[in-house]
Amino acid sequence: MRATDFWATPLGWGLITFGQIMAVLVWLLISEAFFLLADRKIWAGVQMRKGPNVVGPFGLLQSFADLIKFVLKELVVPSGADKFIFLLAPVISFTLAFGAWAVIPLAPGWVVSNINVGILYLFAISSLGVYGIIMGGWASNSKYPVLGSLRSAAQMVSYEVSIGFVIITVILLSGSLNLVTIVEKQGGGFWNWNILGGGGWKNLPVALVMIPMSVVFFISALAETNRPPFDLPDAESELVAGYQVEYSSTPFLLFMIAELCSILLMCAMISLLFFGGWQAPFPTPFLASWPATAVSFFGFMWFFMKLCFLFFLFAMVKAIVPRYRYDQLMRLGWKVFLPLSIASVVLIGAWRVFGPGG
Amino acid sequence: MVLQAIAFYLLAATTLVAGLAVISARNPVHSVLFLITAFFSAAGLFVLLGAEFLAMILVVVYVGAVAVLFLFVVMMLDVDFVALRQGFARYLPIGALVAGVLTVEMVVVAIKVATQGAAGKSTGPAAPYAGVTNIEAIGRVLYTDYVYFFQTAGLVLLVAMIGAIVLTLKHRESVKRQDIGAQVARTPAAGMRIVSIRSGEGLDE
Repeated sequence: MRATDFWATPLGWGLITFGQIMAVLVWLLISEAFFLLADRKIWAGVQMRKGPNVVGPFGLLQSFADLIKFVLKELVVPSGADKFIFLLAPVISFTLAFGAWAVIPLAPGWVVSNINVGILYLFAISSLGVYGIIMGGWASNSKYPVLGSLRSAAQMVSYEVSIGFVIITVILLSGSLNLVTIVEKQGGGFWNWNILGGGGWKNLPVALVMIPMSVVFFISALAETNRPPFDLPDAESELVAGYQVEYSSTPFLLFMIAELCSILLMCAMISLLFFGGWQAPFPTPFLASWPATAVSFFGFMWFFMKLCFLFFLFAMVKAIVPRYRYDQLMRLGWKVFLPLSIASVVLIGAWRVFGPGG
Repeated sequence: MVLQAIAFYLLAATTLVAGLAVISARNPVHSVLFLITAFFSAAGLFVLLGAEFLAMILVVVYVGAVAVLFLFVVMMLDVDFVALRQGFARYLPIGALVAGVLTVEMVVVAIKVATQGAAGKSTGPAAPYAGVTNIEAIGRVLYTDYVYFFQTAGLVLLVAMIGAIVLTLKHRESVKRQDIGAQVARTPAAGMRIVSIRSGEGLDE
């Protein structure tokens, strides 16, 4: 039996898929440790503090120290809690946050599962993220967690609607639901990115719609991931820590990792949908003579740089914007973003039919 | 094919067990969670059939939105389930009847599909859009042949939505409402007045 035959058998296919999943998982977990540190460092920098700087050089090992601390703490299950759901909730959050990365194309050819409905899959999985929070809040059998989870359910369901419509504008521009196709169409320079109309200079008027849409997506992503200024589910000054109040040890850690992972996922989504994913901001005809692996690494470098830049924006928003009040949050979601995004779907649709590209 | 068969039996078994657990769980919140499991494995079955668009829509609409609201409501209600179960024996015959009718219908359809194929005796072409993804195929059929039905369905949903809003909307005059536009448009000239007060005299309103 030749080696190529073995990889085509169910066992070989299973092994290779498992290997790919582990590669993405390990990369994500390790980079998350440093993204978390970057988040704290940026926050500290804005407030003219030093931030974590004790564990390792420049505090680089702080996240690993935190990990060990959380894992070694005692797990406390509150009396009267629904034990099974209480422990299931963080696992669900964690699984969903990481499962969504299955369809994210990290570089040319680097995607665990290249499915036709990749973008819908992402939308579906990110709309499920609310379950971990609701279940955790309810199962804690305590008042603050329930209040936190109710807020979060309303908040995440509201902002999902406008995220959905913004995604539809991108789908209309690209004409595909496959994330790899969406990214490939944005190649050849930053003027082909979807934020500038996704079709060179003749599509430039669409940028008037797409730039506001990317801002709407960014703000909705903040709300969807419960990041400040929309961190009402775990508003520490009102609800102590919302749905996380009763959690300790590893389950709490899982919630934290899942939250950070969905933030990174949202950064990745913004970079794929609006900023061309792995595409360099200039034409790259020289790549044709490069070996495939080098092309992948070149693309991955750009994807990672965009990810870092968007994460920097997330961290800056956390540092400089005060928390929204609940009614303001709802007003922004339903009365501002929803009409704006519906109007842009209509405008982009009209452009595709009557515009020069149609 | 082996992997597909394993996946099918796993998902089908999960769907059935979760469906049974929905009606047998004592706690209503557990019922809703089992319902979500059933939806989710049904979506997996759709993927196995090659209908990935339907699968994703099932997850987005039913699991991501409808079931969240179910869970929301069930969590808020203080349901006394012992009282709800009292009529169990009384409703059993009707329930059994409905279940029997559904089973007979499913068996009849299954036999038809097994003997004549999914399209049955319909005269239309079975796969008019060969070579395109099923999203594209659904889109083309939905926006051409069935555009009136599609529009009607949208209209029904719109009416239902407006109806729900009208039923719950209350305009109370006593409630003070925030007018963001007015707040933003306020200037220092309109909002405050600078006075100089002499010592010992105070300010008369």
